[in-house]
Amino acid sequence: MVHRILLMIPQIMVLSFIVFLLAQAMPGDALTGLIDPNIDPMTIELQRERLGLNDPWYVQYFNWITGVVQGDFGQSFRFKMPVTELIGQRLNNTIALSFLTLVFTYIIAIPLGVISGRYHDTWKDRLITTYTYLGFAAPLFTFALLMLYLFGFNLGWFPTSGSVAPGMEPGGVDYTLSRIYHMLLPALSIALITTVATVQYLRSEIIDIEQKDFVITARAKGASEKRVYNKHIFRNSLLPIASFLGFEIVALLGGTIFVETIFSYPGMGDLFINSILARDFSVMTALVLLYGIAAVIGALLSDIILMFVDPRIRIK
Amino acid sequence: MVKLFKSKKVEKNLVVNKDETYSGFQILWRELVKDRVALISLIFVSVIVIGVGVISLILNQDEIVRVDLFSLNQPPSSEYRLGTDQGGRDVFGLLIIGARNSLLVAALVTLLTGIIGILLGIVSGYFGGQVDHLLMRIVDYSNILPTLMIIIAFVTAVPNYTIIQFSLIMTLFRWTSIARLIRSRTLQERELEYVQASKTLGTSNFKTIFVQVLPNLSSLIIVTMTLNLAANIGLESGLSFLGFGFPDDTPSLGTLVSSARNPQILELRWWIWMPASILILLLMLSINNIGQALKRATDARQRRG
Repeated sequence: MVHRILLMIPQIMVLSFIVFLLAQAMPGDALTGLIDPNIDPMTIELQRERLGLNDPWYVQYFNWITGVVQGDFGQSFRFKMPVTELIGQRLNNTIALSFLTLVFTYIIAIPLGVISGRYHDTWKDRLITTYTYLGFAAPLFTFALLMLYLFGFNLGWFPTSGSVAPGMEPGGVDYTLSRIYHMLLPALSIALITTVATVQYLRSEIIDIEQKDFVITARAKGASEKRVYNKHIFRNSLLPIASFLGFEIVALLGGTIFVETIFSYPGMGDLFINSILARDFSVMTALVLLYGIAAVIGALLSDIILMFVDPRIRIK
Repeated sequence: MVKLFKSKKVEKNLVVNKDETYSGFQILWRELVKDRVALISLIFVSVIVIGVGVISLILNQDEIVRVDLFSLNQPPSSEYRLGTDQGGRDVFGLLIIGARNSLLVAALVTLLTGIIGILLGIVSGYFGGQVDHLLMRIVDYSNILPTLMIIIAFVTAVPNYTIIQFSLIMTLFRWTSIARLIRSRTLQERELEYVQASKTLGTSNFKTIFVQVLPNLSSLIIVTMTLNLAANIGLESGLSFLGFGFPDDTPSLGTLVSSARNPQILELRWWIWMPASILILLLMLSINNIGQALKRATDARQRRG
């Protein structure tokens, strides 16, 4: 287990290196867009020198990574504030959105998967299977756009942008409710697409477990059908689903980039796109690193959960 | 020895009932025809591919991408079948050219990732050892990378890229899952008698891999390539949608949809983004349906045909 965690350090280091090189390779730097023709080129050159932009790349990398390890991602040139502070606000929004999406994912997946597995090859199952086919094939961004068009603009049931109604003061029940209201449509859009993998998995898991000896035993000793399903099959089929959680989080993170852009939701994905467009490298590199770390932790989480629920797969 | 096994006489004895034995490709085809949804999907995809190919030959691309200030944002009419966009360009023409570009890139990426993934997967699965170990480390690692973000950063770092360069960037991050799949199947094949037999007979590794193991993976490869084609259409249009796909002057399905990032266009001018969105949905759905039917065909227990 310790080995597994230690392995994460080189993984993150390599990622930081890739990201840094990419940022270096991008045309222009943070000063290119802001240069006022009236400023003396010497001043700009001095500024570049002061910010360390003229140092060789390995010196820059070393300076940057030393800061990162200490939790200092540098300054955002566009927003004129420390990157950690800037990301802090957005991180909060993205985590809230991801959490709500996860809740929706399981609220949808568990009943559908159970019905589809228990009544497999009936019309109910066929209906659910058709839905999983559709969800599996549909790209998230077109689906989210259609949702926004239909429920946001045409029917006007949901707000079409932002994370909270304008003019709301933080704190209080109204504020929280407004935030949840703004997250509902984006969260549902992701959940309806990403949940299908879990539905399919749960279905095949239930069909598999139905054939197991302990289910036959349970039936033979006269347990009611309800008890067989709720106590014996359902519980056992949930175990592998639980270990999916980590990967679910990884998939979610990719999805938030699209959905936050579409719904103009001020989260990290939205910030990432804007920082790339504005050549705000310190923000961009910090975000890619954070997403990478989240993905590594997600994978680790899955392994840990799997280890707890399934004694056969203990990591040595 | 070898001659004996190859002779017609033995083959005839092996085939007990000729009517019930089919080659791999026949099985795939039968499954496709039997599954009506997949058949309709196949017809739809063929019609789109041929239609887009033929119409884009007739259309004058330069004329379509030229901005026309006298006909901005016109709703569909008899002159412009799908209206015009914010640059006064004919949306129908853009849709055809865009679909052609999107399909071409998706096909190119699928082909390139296929070649790289299959070659590396089969070789590393067959030989094992250090190379295999290294390859699997890379594949595992790419799994935890925030791929979408890195592709976006990559595309931004390459100035004025062409369609080919764009495809290569996508390929760089897409071959790993194919390599993993092919490798794991090769590991199983490697242990089978026919591979052992040909090793015993002194057949070269090269011949064993490409003449004997590879054909046995062909149905798996076809299924994977089909599903990947759909995924690549999604990835390309997704990237173009975010503004990091096709170069500005080259229409694609994703760039058409990306105009909907402007709330005004999304709300009021559905004809610009809706047709492309629906075409992406239908294409991905159909290609996936074909892929799923083929996948069932490779598993004898699930076959319908």
